[in-house]
Amino acid sequence: MSDDLVKTIFGRLSIESFPIHEPILVGTFAMVALGGAALLGALTYFRLWGYLWKEWFTSVDHKKIGIMYIVLALVMLLRGFADALMMRAQQAIAFGGNEGFLPAHHYDQVFTAHGVIMIFFVAMPFVTGLMNFVVPLQIGARDVSFPFLNNFSFWMTVSGAVIVMMSLFVGEFARTGWLAMAPLSGLDYSPDVGVDYYVWALQIAGVGTLLSGVNLLATIIKMRAPGMGLMQMPIFTWSALVTNVLIVAAFPVLTAVLAMLSLDRYVGTNFFTNTGGGNPMMYTNMIWIWGHPEVYILILPAFGVFSEVVSTFSGKRLFGYTSMVYALIVICILSYLVWLHHFFTMGSGASVNSFFGITTMIISIPTGAKIFNWMFTMYRGRIRFELPMMWAVAFMLTFVIGGMTGVMLAVPPADFQFHNSLFLVAHFHNVIIGGVLFGMFAGVNYWWPKAFGFKLDKFWGTVSFWCWVVGFWVAFTPLYVLGLMGVTRRLRAFDDPSLQIWFVIAAVGALIIAAGIGAMLMQFYVSIRDREKLRDTTGDPWNGRTLEWATSSPPPAYNFAFSPVIHDLDAWHDMKQRKAERPTEGFRAIHMPKNTGAGIILAGLSTVFGVAMIWYIWWLAALAFVALLAVAIGHTFNYDRDFHIPAEEVVKNEDVRTRALQSAGV
Amino acid sequence: MKPLPALLPFLRRATSAVPLLSALGALALLGGCNTVVMSPAGDVAVQQSNLIMWSVVLMLLIIVPVMALTVVFAWRYRETNTEASYEPDWDHSTGLELVIWSAPLLIIIALGALTWVATHTLDPYRPLARTAPGKPVAATDRPLEVQVVSLDWKWLFIYPEQGIATVNELVVPVNRPVKFTMTSSSVMNALWVPAMAGMVYTMPGMETVLHGVLNRPGKFAGRSANYSGAGFSHMTFWTHSVSPARFEQWAAGVKRNRWQLDTATYLRLEKPTEKVPPLGFGTVDPTLFRRVVGICVKPGSDCMEGMSHAGPAVNDRAPRAGEAKGALTREPSEKGTAPHLSAPHGQAPGQNDPGADSNRNMTQLHLPAPLRANASQEA
Repeated sequence: MSDDLVKTIFGRLSIESFPIHEPILVGTFAMVALGGAALLGALTYFRLWGYLWKEWFTSVDHKKIGIMYIVLALVMLLRGFADALMMRAQQAIAFGGNEGFLPAHHYDQVFTAHGVIMIFFVAMPFVTGLMNFVVPLQIGARDVSFPFLNNFSFWMTVSGAVIVMMSLFVGEFARTGWLAMAPLSGLDYSPDVGVDYYVWALQIAGVGTLLSGVNLLATIIKMRAPGMGLMQMPIFTWSALVTNVLIVAAFPVLTAVLAMLSLDRYVGTNFFTNTGGGNPMMYTNMIWIWGHPEVYILILPAFGVFSEVVSTFSGKRLFGYTSMVYALIVICILSYLVWLHHFFTMGSGASVNSFFGITTMIISIPTGAKIFNWMFTMYRGRIRFELPMMWAVAFMLTFVIGGMTGVMLAVPPADFQFHNSLFLVAHFHNVIIGGVLFGMFAGVNYWWPKAFGFKLDKFWGTVSFWCWVVGFWVAFTPLYVLGLMGVTRRLRAFDDPSLQIWFVIAAVGALIIAAGIGAMLMQFYVSIRDREKLRDTTGDPWNGRTLEWATSSPPPAYNFAFSPVIHDLDAWHDMKQRKAERPTEGFRAIHMPKNTGAGIILAGLSTVFGVAMIWYIWWLAALAFVALLAVAIGHTFNYDRDFHIPAEEVVKNEDVRTRALQSAGV
Repeated sequence: MKPLPALLPFLRRATSAVPLLSALGALALLGGCNTVVMSPAGDVAVQQSNLIMWSVVLMLLIIVPVMALTVVFAWRYRETNTEASYEPDWDHSTGLELVIWSAPLLIIIALGALTWVATHTLDPYRPLARTAPGKPVAATDRPLEVQVVSLDWKWLFIYPEQGIATVNELVVPVNRPVKFTMTSSSVMNALWVPAMAGMVYTMPGMETVLHGVLNRPGKFAGRSANYSGAGFSHMTFWTHSVSPARFEQWAAGVKRNRWQLDTATYLRLEKPTEKVPPLGFGTVDPTLFRRVVGICVKPGSDCMEGMSHAGPAVNDRAPRAGEAKGALTREPSEKGTAPHLSAPHGQAPGQNDPGADSNRNMTQLHLPAPLRANASQEA
């Protein structure tokens, strides 16, 4: 075969593109392949394929999709954390001529992948998964507005994750940092496949994020139970509403920036190149217009979780609900007015810098008000220190420090010293781990009994909690100090031996966090093993206040046999106070959406399209794209989209629930 | 304001309840105080560190009570403490709401005012008004001009008045203001000498400015503070702050160096290299810096208008010949092979033709031979 023919068929993919010379990657691949084969074998042996396909992969049930999002987040957390351990190990040993164990091309991929994975494929799926699971239950809806779209969104996110993971073993990932700043990410300075992996993974996952934002927005606006005005909405749903407004407004910006970058790379335009009319600063500018709202997209749902958790476990109404809601809205608006603080050091004038510095500080006012509101929710309460509440208190103590260092960074002259330093790295981990992750862990511990009908084991949960909290501080306090010592981020090797001790402490901290992750996996395992002991038959294990606790655990596919009618903010608490009777008869057939495989097929074709584009295999890209369109159009002709759960089945279901409640003595 | 009096007794017990955090905080403070950012050697950086201290103090006014009250409330209102009062329906207090919104607001007003003033006085584009507290700069005192070019992965410092240039070595007279005019040859970097002043980016085709001064003689670390590719970690240099007489002596020493920084040498120097020892050039092409900003050092290329803040913000020059071609417009033979970077590749050729596959894998490069012999032993 002629060389041109080979290139036409395989693009730039060749046997050379596989990392056969990299022992770490070969070892990882062997482990992943063995683990994967074992998993696939087990699934086949236990004949679980049909079950997974029918009950999960093609499911349009918001609860199952929410759970799948969180499983994805946890799996990707392991990958992202493995990257973190490699960085901590490299930085702990690479001193005084010792270059450590990672060469530059590998190390630079590791920190890029760590950032991309943790933000896009851990934090985002976590947040989206939690919103997906909880929001329809909290507003008394049977599902989201567009159930098929929900399934499709999830699989597009998975597709992005698959593309990132693939870069580990086929070719390599970007070596640009997690935002792929131009002109480094342009074709002139990153000619290989790394940035293309980055672009297509994020573009495909971005479709999922945007659509899921539209979906949840429509759900919250249109599908609330009768009587639930906007100001009767549970506060988590409010935070979800604001978050999804942010997603719908911000993600198209990311899509546009990445589209321009890919035009530069694929068509030879000059949006962000050094010459030809390009302006690389514009890339920085535009990606942060998305990037800053993005951090609020992550933290606001966590705020919502804490509001629910603090109120429930203090046995009190949430203090200052109205001011909490307005704080959310103020944060939502302000989050679009601060992006320039990410590049004070690029030479903008003093007035511009001060303006963006001060708007950034102003965000701390509503955020501070929220902290005070949680505090006064605890005040004169009866606080039960269950796991979610422990995470909430740890969050409050950790997050204020992160908030403080954030405001320090917002003072432009101070930022000239902090920018790109490890102080900055410590700050954003302080708010993302101490805020977002702690919030997600609180949420998982809080809503797990709702999702599966049994509580999570408290012993292992407590072990995990302490490892995470202590590990976080041990890992990131040294980074604050190192930042003040003038150490920048993304360094692979150091000359100054006095820095080493701080990096060693940080590495110990990372190991403590690793123990925390291990304990968390153990917690899941032990809880599933002892599920009968931990069983909750009431559906309301925490004496909850919002509607999701009114139905059984796990909730039936239809969530609520009758749409509940809302009279009060804490609707379920109100029902319990008024001793509202649960209806036990008069059930009717329930209209439900039908499962479909279209979502996973479309996402699979998108993956093929993305990979073909990355490797310049044009014929395959064209084929996949045409197939994508064909399946999408074909799906619109599928009129068999709904069915009715017969009344008898609803009756049977609800009778089981009645008996369970009777035997639980509720 | 019913609940407020009840808070006071708890405040006193608060600090003892957070031993872990205080211990870590104390450790961090101890570690943080003697650092280069908090006790620097230049007036600008000193003012920046004072600003950091003040902002922390202002915020601690609210952070400390919040953390203390959180711990106190969490402990006081635990379920097992049945003596504490329990008001499950208490969810609003206009007085408290006023306090919790206005307390942070007042602090931010104070900090905002401080920020506005400090951002203007410490604007890196603004010529220094003083070299130290009480030592104003006279209108006739001109700062030392240094033109900075960040190359892959080393720093070029051109001293236009002295007509000399150095690589990876910055020498400045103590107590004299320095004006850096900066650009980059390929990707973005940031010039950071934390002992002197904060960082400002260096960007290709653009010009940025930074003013600073060093008030103590000595040797201070400088580096690139913005990731720029494989050789980024070692993109460091020493800044020597010396007496004016020593500075003149040093400049004269470099001046005697017969190596010239002309177009050809620059194009060789520009190629990606790592861990470059300090170099000195006795003569410098005076148009070089402007041509670097205009991306037209290569003979025969048109200069574009720089994107400094004073100039027009558009560079409308046509792409350089040989610039990477969009992937979709390539012939199959132009697609390249994308071998994995871990594959054995021998010594990287050290070219920086845009789009060259070898561009970003230069970790083991050495200086081009003619320059290697030229490493200066100065300073």
